[in-house]
Amino acid sequence: MRAFTYERASSVEAAAKAAASNSQARFIAGGTNLLDLMKLEIETPTHLIDINGLGVDKIEGTQEGGVRIGALVRNTDLAAHETIRRDYGLLSRALLAGASGQLRNKATTAGNLLQRTRCPYFYDTNQPCNKRQQGSGCSAIGGFTRQHAVVGTSDACIATHPSDMAVAMRALDAVVETVKADGSRRSVPIEDFHRLPGDTPHIETVLEAGEVVTAVTLPPPVGGKQIYRKVRDRASYAFALVSVGAVIQSDGTGQVAVGGIAHKPWRIATAEAELPRGAKSTADALLADARPTEQNRFKIDLVRRTLGAVLTEARG
Amino acid sequence: MQFDKPATTNPIDRLKVVGQPVHRIDGQLKATGRAKYAYEWHDPNVPYVYGYPVGAAIAKGHIVSMDVSAAKEAPGVLAVVTALDVGERKKGKFNTAKLFGGSEIQHYHQAVAVVVAETFEQARAAAALVRVEYAEEIGAFDLKDAMKTAIKPKDVGGAPPDTAVGDFDGAFKAAPVSFDATYTTPDQSHSMMEPHASIAVWDGEALTIWTSAQMIDWWRSDLATTLDVEKEKIHLMSPFIGGGFGGKLFLRADAVLAAFGAKAARRPVKVALPRPFMVNNTTHRPATIQRVRIAAEHTGKITAIGHESWSGDLPGGQLETAAMQTRLLYAGENRMTAMRLATLDLAEGNAMRAPGEAPGMMALEIAMDEMAEKLDIDPVEFRIINDTQVDPEKPERPFSHRDLVSCLRLGAERFGWSDRGRPASRREGNWLIGLGVAAAFRNNLLVPSAARVRLDHEGVITVETDMTDIGTGSYTIIAQTAAEMMGVPIEKVVVRLGDSRFPVSAGSGGQFGANCSTTGVYAACVKLREAIAQKLGFNSEDATFENGEVRSGNRSVPLAEAAGSEGLAGEDTVEWAKLADSHQQSTFGAHFVEVGVDIATGESRIRRMLAVCAAGRILNPITARSQVVGAMTMGVGSALSEELAVDVGRGFFVNHDLAGYEVPVHADIPHQEVIFMDETDPYSSPMKAKGIAELGLCGVSAAIANAIYNATGVRVREYPITLDKLIGGLPDVT
Repeated sequence: MRAFTYERASSVEAAAKAAASNSQARFIAGGTNLLDLMKLEIETPTHLIDINGLGVDKIEGTQEGGVRIGALVRNTDLAAHETIRRDYGLLSRALLAGASGQLRNKATTAGNLLQRTRCPYFYDTNQPCNKRQQGSGCSAIGGFTRQHAVVGTSDACIATHPSDMAVAMRALDAVVETVKADGSRRSVPIEDFHRLPGDTPHIETVLEAGEVVTAVTLPPPVGGKQIYRKVRDRASYAFALVSVGAVIQSDGTGQVAVGGIAHKPWRIATAEAELPRGAKSTADALLADARPTEQNRFKIDLVRRTLGAVLTEARG
Repeated sequence: MQFDKPATTNPIDRLKVVGQPVHRIDGQLKATGRAKYAYEWHDPNVPYVYGYPVGAAIAKGHIVSMDVSAAKEAPGVLAVVTALDVGERKKGKFNTAKLFGGSEIQHYHQAVAVVVAETFEQARAAAALVRVEYAEEIGAFDLKDAMKTAIKPKDVGGAPPDTAVGDFDGAFKAAPVSFDATYTTPDQSHSMMEPHASIAVWDGEALTIWTSAQMIDWWRSDLATTLDVEKEKIHLMSPFIGGGFGGKLFLRADAVLAAFGAKAARRPVKVALPRPFMVNNTTHRPATIQRVRIAAEHTGKITAIGHESWSGDLPGGQLETAAMQTRLLYAGENRMTAMRLATLDLAEGNAMRAPGEAPGMMALEIAMDEMAEKLDIDPVEFRIINDTQVDPEKPERPFSHRDLVSCLRLGAERFGWSDRGRPASRREGNWLIGLGVAAAFRNNLLVPSAARVRLDHEGVITVETDMTDIGTGSYTIIAQTAAEMMGVPIEKVVVRLGDSRFPVSAGSGGQFGANCSTTGVYAACVKLREAIAQKLGFNSEDATFENGEVRSGNRSVPLAEAAGSEGLAGEDTVEWAKLADSHQQSTFGAHFVEVGVDIATGESRIRRMLAVCAAGRILNPITARSQVVGAMTMGVGSALSEELAVDVGRGFFVNHDLAGYEVPVHADIPHQEVIFMDETDPYSSPMKAKGIAELGLCGVSAAIANAIYNATGVRVREYPITLDKLIGGLPDVT
């Protein structure tokens, strides 16, 4: 970890301004990912802006009948919140499938969306990584790729987004609310929030310099059966090989996002239209452009099978 | 003491303390955080500073140049010592790869520098500033390729690499039923909780070192060799150890780097290896490729059994003795075993819990299950049919005590084995349910062990031996042994371990620690009893030690009084004569497992486990059970998730942390039951005990593999049995 300076931001606007004026600054909230990355010098900020005191830590109703989740709401609190458990069960289940109790106590809503990949080559600073060091090359391609992405990949990067929560947010049509350095506000549909790797895998979201996430909003509850199925090699404390977050209505229509297979939570409108026709046609449409490696080809079959199990459970 | 004939009745047989379920005498220290582990020794008056290692960024080649100027100028830095600075060093007897020194790089993360700074954070940050230019060379990293050029070593730990009895090929061809399959086991990491860590303090030419070592004397000797100092100048201590599993048998880089760092900085230095170093810097269990062939009559009687194994290691290294148990476990007139060693440039392969037998049983015991199915004989019965009471390669050598059959029968009864159905025949909801069995087998090893026992004027018995307690319960069973021998309550015994000033013990390894170290204590107690009897004018043969007194005829004297103000002491070493030549000593067991496999995703989860163990006298059922339960847990990881992933292009283990290398978590482990057969083995020692800690691992993974087959009808021969290897054979669920 390199030495850094530290400040506590007094307001969202001040935080955004301070961050925009210093390209070496990073925000810190729960720190469950950033601190590890700093210890390994994968992230080397020279200045940290602590946003924990900004008060954006409430869960409240929106005028539209949805819910607004403050950026600093801890994962534990979000998963346990009555409204979330009642109306957005998928989100609560996804949160509880991730990390550990200790980590969820610290981890925040915005931080969870912004967590970085767990690609082991990203974590080993001896190895080239386009995400860690732009243009240095990708050592995962041709290496150990069992956990890696099968769809939406590029020749520069095949990393996955590791979040469980984000998969649920994607299926639930969340919108990310931000404040920019100039004080202006914008709302970014989660669909557009995370980027695919392309030639610039080091740029993971559409956030601009200094832009602060203040909240994530969810539209009014859509009902249905809400299922989060996470598939992994051990029963707890492991990242998903594949996860399926789904809201399935009684007529067989629904919303479905898949984790563990791409650089962002994976949801395709044309695939979703296939839901009433079953898991096979839905999965085929979800993974139509898949480019798996020898080691992760099983994820194609696994998505289909997991989706099948989810749809069976939804009918049951 | 020479142990040269089977034990007869002795004071241990009273079983007032030995064999009793005594809670760990160090348990309170550990539960309250007062047991100091290697990195935690902290004297506020000592100005400790911190060393952080730099590991090689390539797998094979040479250092061309190193630039440490930025590191040296970084805040807080006191010294930077490089491999080039210390130059070529003599290598410890037990190390295959060098730990530190010289320009050659033999494997990824081999130590190339240590940076010493006032704080840990400063040392770590400065370590990242060390620049190294390498000349890379092409290495061999893929066992499947390297096995083609594998060699036959002269011997494997004193045994021949090959054995042959009768006419294996002829019998295999002639048999009415035969089976031939190849299995693979992956590289595995010890992944114990406590990383390797050392504190080094120099006083002139004398070095004091606190570390985490399973074998005090091996470490001390090899450290002396590596540093080129006299062994007598090194005082090494390792009183508490947070797990080892074989990863701390041999001197590691933390001790060497701490010593060099402390010398250069002229300050006491602490070095802990970062978690990734545990994988690529230290040792691991090497991967194996194993071919097993079995032929039998329709009755199930094995007529031919063959086991071949290939593994790799660095030049000068050793093979994984995975075919060893097949020389002893089952009958069969025609037999062959062969083990081959390939050259690989990965980190050093070496002992991990039950080296040889653990991966060997993973293959052999699936093969036995497959053969039983081919014969249409229950796998429990198939094993019983082929039991042998003599070494099948040397029938003139009986087993000292072998009760595998009872383990299998009792286990089958207790586990409800008769409920097992045909493959893929039982389903509960989304779960396919299956039962599996495997035999457990591990040899009982005997190594010399010494101890010193003192009696003081308060009647307190103090035991000193350099034996280690790696979480196994050594403190407790040694206290029980001394209490039993001296006829005092366990509260009157003080045990001091893990210090190079104490007599050299067996140490912790090869499941020999408990039996051998307690026998060393037994021998020392015999000496102390003699000294007490002699002082009192008793005939030591007639003296009875009981209730804190020594009694002979009508006379009894409290031990405290007998000790007098000076106290009395006894010291001895147990040496093992040739009993093991005439009688094969091994431990036996049976593992039963019930698994559920998710019909959609292929996720395998354990539902129940039972181990039945026949391992001589159980010195303490609590600590022994803890060993077996821990071993069963390790077997779950080994079966289902643990695999060091080799990047065969770049030459290193990629998943080098506990997020990527998945050991079981609590949620993976269901109810576990352990049954110990009530037995003694007078050939093993006066304690009549044998090893237990590794037996508990041998066979577990195969029992799980067999249960998965029974659940799904899908046979996987490549460990770990992850869902990607199953889903292709599971029913369509879409």
